[in-house]
Amino acid sequence: MNLKTLVWRELAERPSAMLTSTLTILLGVTALVAIRHVTVFSEREVGQQLQSLGANVLVLPKDATLQDYYSADLTERTLPESHVASILLENLPGVERLSPKLCVSAKVANRDVTLTGILPQSEFQAKAAWQSVSLFSNKHEGCKKAACGPKTYDAAPETLASERTIDQLKGNEAVIGADVAEFSGLKPGQSVEMLGEKLQVLAVLPRTGTVDDSRVFAHLHTVQRLTNAGEVVNAIEVMGCCEDAAGGLVPKLAELLPDAKVVTISQVVSTQVGINRLMSQMSLFVLGILVIVGGASVASTISSNVRERRREVGTLMALGATPSLVTRMFLLKAWALGIVGAVGGSVLGLIVAMVLGSQWAGVTVKPLPELIALSIGAALVITTLAALWPARSAAKLDPCCCFQEV
Amino acid sequence: MYHLQDITKVYRRRQEEVVAFKAASLDIGLGEYVAVVGPSGSGKTTLLSMLGGMLSPDSGKVWFGGESLYDLPINERTRRRREQIGFVFQTFNLVPYLTALENVQVPLFLHGVSKTEQRNRAVALLEQVGLGNRIEHKPSELSTGQQQRVALARTLANNPRLILADEPTGNLDPTSREAVLSLFDHFVSEGRTIVMVTHDPGAAARASRRLCLNDGTLVTSNEIPAARAA
Repeated sequence: MNLKTLVWRELAERPSAMLTSTLTILLGVTALVAIRHVTVFSEREVGQQLQSLGANVLVLPKDATLQDYYSADLTERTLPESHVASILLENLPGVERLSPKLCVSAKVANRDVTLTGILPQSEFQAKAAWQSVSLFSNKHEGCKKAACGPKTYDAAPETLASERTIDQLKGNEAVIGADVAEFSGLKPGQSVEMLGEKLQVLAVLPRTGTVDDSRVFAHLHTVQRLTNAGEVVNAIEVMGCCEDAAGGLVPKLAELLPDAKVVTISQVVSTQVGINRLMSQMSLFVLGILVIVGGASVASTISSNVRERRREVGTLMALGATPSLVTRMFLLKAWALGIVGAVGGSVLGLIVAMVLGSQWAGVTVKPLPELIALSIGAALVITTLAALWPARSAAKLDPCCCFQEV
Repeated sequence: MYHLQDITKVYRRRQEEVVAFKAASLDIGLGEYVAVVGPSGSGKTTLLSMLGGMLSPDSGKVWFGGESLYDLPINERTRRRREQIGFVFQTFNLVPYLTALENVQVPLFLHGVSKTEQRNRAVALLEQVGLGNRIEHKPSELSTGQQQRVALARTLANNPRLILADEPTGNLDPTSREAVLSLFDHFVSEGRTIVMVTHDPGAAARASRRLCLNDGTLVTSNEIPAARAA
């Protein structure tokens, strides 16, 4: 016999009496763990998307939705390719690179892929030289980027994965994503047939975890020719030299290209960022609910338990239980409720987050041990504080109540 | 063992004062078997509570083993109770969710006895009161007489010098009553002191001394002739 046995025997005798408060804590922790997990992974996903999109500013067809670009599957709405030259000739301050894109559906080894036409940076250099303009040399006011030397346009094609642009790409060449290489077995130097034309694989991109893994990149003009699309693109990515450049570029590009929609990347993900912020605030709200409802429920349960057991407490005191032992007895019981509720709620919350996270927010949720530990800790602190007053009042009971008749 | 000096205990309710117990002087010696009798509300349980260190008097001193009980800090008073006093209650006050064995183990656990020693001593005590075959039974699975015997085993767990009993035979059938009173006789023969509050004249007659209370005042304190007490 020890204090734990005493508490456990009492709990086991009447578990239903504790059900309400345990359930309250369990539901509170479930909501807290589920919302926080989805929020954290959604925020990470947004961060990854921002990084993978790379461009600071997007020029899209006027009627294109942001979701069109977000899903990287633009196939219907287009812009004239001449907009690229317009931006180039304008030599806007802060523009460092341009990347026009035309995306169409195609098949490789009987699997659907996105064939993306891109323009190599070497062609911009040639175009600039022909137009007698200095390519991307106009720094914006207060630019924080350190100056660098003249560009040689000889970077490896694999840098397309991280830089969003490629320096050299011939009309009969293609760069394939990691997933395409995996399921087709293609290697650099081999040929792949795209829309009836054989293209030579120049490189396989390293895995990025984005839609780029299932893309085949080819020269923009090749894709235009193979699809009879004409001199059009779906989007023009404009890379600014630094974050400060993006804000200033938007109004200038909008003025330059009145028939296009100009957005910054932060606008593309603003909806999701907003939802994340809302969910973050919601988790604070749930924590508040857990504190108030869970705390009140535990306090009420323990108070009622103390009232029901006055005679038993009096007897224990007559037998030699100290007030501190009586306090610990009720606190231990509250902790038992808190632990069952918190652990059960964490497991349930994690399951909910893993199931609903992928369905509702499109994110893959994995357990975050520190978040689970924090939730369990919060639940235990709440139950302790809520049970403290009734437990102390039990310790102050008059032991003479052991003589009272039932 | 006890010396009560100028004790007064008053209960106050709605500006009304009731003297629950008053005694100029009362001594209870080691090995005495004292029956406290009197009508309901005469202060018997108040006296028992004060002797048990659970109810402080409004004035006066309760000396227990040479120490003023209510001048001790609460934890020290609790320790004295745990180590030297055993309680017997009219309705047994067994913990309903514990088995007979665990109920007897409670005072041993409170005394800090190891688990093995707790179990060995509790089993021996339950065998002593004739319940060796009922150790895993909960109070609800025992008769009233058996419950009181479990309570007596619990009382003896820490080998107290003094037993304070509140109507120990009040809820028992004649056979169980006799068994309990026989055990009390045995406790006294071992040199323990018993102070027993009772309404049962037969039980009071077994004691060696009778304290009669009326309206909170000690009316008489009689030595009972040995022949009657036997």
